Amino acid sequence: MQCAESLRVQAYFDREVDAASAAEIERHLEHCSECRELLQDLEKVRGVLRSGISFDAAPAALRTRILEALDQEGVVEEGGTATALKPLSTQSTQTTRAMRTMQPARRLRIGGTRGFWTGALSGIGGAAIAAAAAFFLVAPGLVSPLSNELVSAHVRSLMPAHLIDVVSTDKHTVKPWFAGHADVSPAVADFEAQGYRLIGGRADYIDHQRSAVVVYQHGAHVINVFTWAAMGAGSPSNTTRSGYHLAFWQQGDIQYCAVSDTGWDELLGLVRLLREQT
Amino acid sequence: MDDKRARFEGQVLPHLDAAYRFARWLCRPGEADDVVQDAVLRAFKGFDALRGSDAKAWLLTIVRNCHLTAAKQQQRRAFVPLPEESDAADGHVMIANDSNPESETILSDQKQVLNRLVASLPEEHRTVLMLREIEEMDYAQIATVTNVPIGTVMSRLARSRAALKAKWLQEVEGAPSAVR
Repeated sequence: MQCAESLRVQAYFDREVDAASAAEIERHLEHCSECRELLQDLEKVRGVLRSGISFDAAPAALRTRILEALDQEGVVEEGGTATALKPLSTQSTQTTRAMRTMQPARRLRIGGTRGFWTGALSGIGGAAIAAAAAFFLVAPGLVSPLSNELVSAHVRSLMPAHLIDVVSTDKHTVKPWFAGHADVSPAVADFEAQGYRLIGGRADYIDHQRSAVVVYQHGAHVINVFTWAAMGAGSPSNTTRSGYHLAFWQQGDIQYCAVSDTGWDELLGLVRLLREQT
Repeated sequence: MDDKRARFEGQVLPHLDAAYRFARWLCRPGEADDVVQDAVLRAFKGFDALRGSDAKAWLLTIVRNCHLTAAKQQQRRAFVPLPEESDAADGHVMIANDSNPESETILSDQKQVLNRLVASLPEEHRTVLMLREIEEMDYAQIATVTNVPIGTVMSRLARSRAALKAKWLQEVEGAPSAVR
């Protein structure tokens, strides 16, 4: 029999409750061992999924096909004739590839179990980044306000070979690198234990300055933390553009902005860690 | 590039990977590409309706609608899959098809088992679970994309999480040092 509070505990876990309900649920958790166990299970399932599921990016051939179809679409709008979808040229190769990977799954090896629970994230980011084809052009209409500039820089960074100039999970490598490449020296730290893996740094150009960008990976998501010298004006307020969240804060004379398509809670989690860091 | 196209590429196309992943969780292998292409073209045609709302949830909603339309059309044509195809569709929706040959060897046993377990969940449970845990969408967004009330999202999430945990424990049962 399941505790009547289980759905609320789940909502608490998913950060879908307000502060008052959260406090109530925390009180409930103190004397309900079943719900405490549920909370652990939820954590476990999330950990397994986020470290074990392949985050496929759309194949480059599909992107190309879609862009070509969009080109046709523009012509159709002017010409007023219908276009048929292009035939699936990649299907046969895909099926073959899928068949090839479909050997019956072997039984779990006993020794491998623990490693799986701790979960290695390696490879996920690489696949996502590498597969983001270079077709993406930053929209000219999105240039003026700062937020749009940041989203554009974030999207641009997802193109191959643009995300990271200095690849390192070591803050003692990333931070000194900025000295010669950017106008500011931001906080750099690795929060792998909390789920935010430092994957490198990059120099970018934001608000007419050379900006230092620290790049983190959280699950399938890349988080770019842009930093530049604050120009006296207060920090802009947090906002969402095209599905990307932007969290702004200032520390000392440095302006920070974390950008990602991850959820607000996940993004603000990193912001909190960074603010506590310094 | 005209303005509408530029705005579309700036606001909607960044979510192409998420749309593709979502389609792969919904569809049979080999169908995701067509569904995604169809969805992106429909999104482009209806782009003016987007205006300031959540582009990712919007695109994924269209992907789901395209999937439903395609599934219905197949039913009407009394589509009978070839034996190989139906074998392929059985429980292997989640298998990665990375073009990187290395990834096939890196894909560990555990990942294969997990992919198989997730694929064996009912579609409506699998999609809710993946939208929450992998795409990190909130309940309201998931409700929009899957077109069910938030209460249903919550119960499906609870059931799929419990089912996945139970299946996982079952898989490792018999392994004396299995870590729960």
